[in-house]
Amino acid sequence: MSTATDQVAHAEGHEAEHHGLSDKQYIYVALILAVLTAIEVSTYYIDFGPFFMPTLFILMVVKFVTVVSYFMHLKFDNKLFTYLFYSGLLLAIAVYCGFLATFKFFIQKG
Amino acid sequence: MAETAISHGHDAGHGMHTSTGLSNNKLGMWMFLGSECLLFGGLISTYMLYKGRVNAGPQPDQIFDIPFTSVSSFILLMSSLTMVLAVSAAQRKDERNMNLWLVITALLGATFVGGQVYEFTAFYREGLGFTTSLFGSSFYTLTGFHGVHVSVGIIMLMALVGMNRNKRIPGDRAEVVEMIGLYWHFVDIIWIVIFTLVYLIPS
Repeated sequence: MSTATDQVAHAEGHEAEHHGLSDKQYIYVALILAVLTAIEVSTYYIDFGPFFMPTLFILMVVKFVTVVSYFMHLKFDNKLFTYLFYSGLLLAIAVYCGFLATFKFFIQKG
Repeated sequence: MAETAISHGHDAGHGMHTSTGLSNNKLGMWMFLGSECLLFGGLISTYMLYKGRVNAGPQPDQIFDIPFTSVSSFILLMSSLTMVLAVSAAQRKDERNMNLWLVITALLGATFVGGQVYEFTAFYREGLGFTTSLFGSSFYTLTGFHGVHVSVGIIMLMALVGMNRNKRIPGDRAEVVEMIGLYWHFVDIIWIVIFTLVYLIPS
């Protein structure tokens, strides 16, 4: 008895198996990442002046989030995975910013 | 009956009968990766703290070979593409392409590790040993830990190819490939951070 529910079930299973992008779209994402890397490397050869550090930080964050969202499928997966990963990441950033600030402001000189 | 059928369809996609409705393996892997952020966060901040402490031996900007490291970084970035194509092939049950992309990913990873070994050798010859300065210790510890993670990833990829050929992968094969893919992409994103903070930003 091939009912409508069976077809829905099959379609849902099929959709769940192929969540994410198509192979062609993955290649486009990789090309964008390659271009961003090329811009990063160009900061070594070209003087970006006061934009040097902000450019590098922005590019780093964009590349990081792109890989996590598209290649690691966080954008398409359950939000719980996103919370798990980013809570670890934010905890790490907060703890080590505090750690570095401690050394910067409270270390004994001399 | 409809509920049963829809539930079956859902499980076919995620392969789990858990209280959260999510794969425990995947949940565990994301928790592990979140905790790995703390490990690498510690190593990166230690490096940031000590990169200017050079009492002996070369300074960071005297020995870093940016063009060489840029090529290595690009290779590792492209290995993320080949890994995601392997995951995509596994989800389509395209075994031939899955094995092909897994082997290519392992080869790209091996090229990256080879480049790192070459870089370490070159730095050592230029006078930067592990105990030469605090910069040297923190640099080798950070990039060495990352290199070990890449090497473990290569072993997992090759083991996966071998197990797949012998039909010994337990459970949902696409999910196993995805788990190893998550680990592989993680070492890539860590390198994105290391490449910027360690190599591109001068001391």
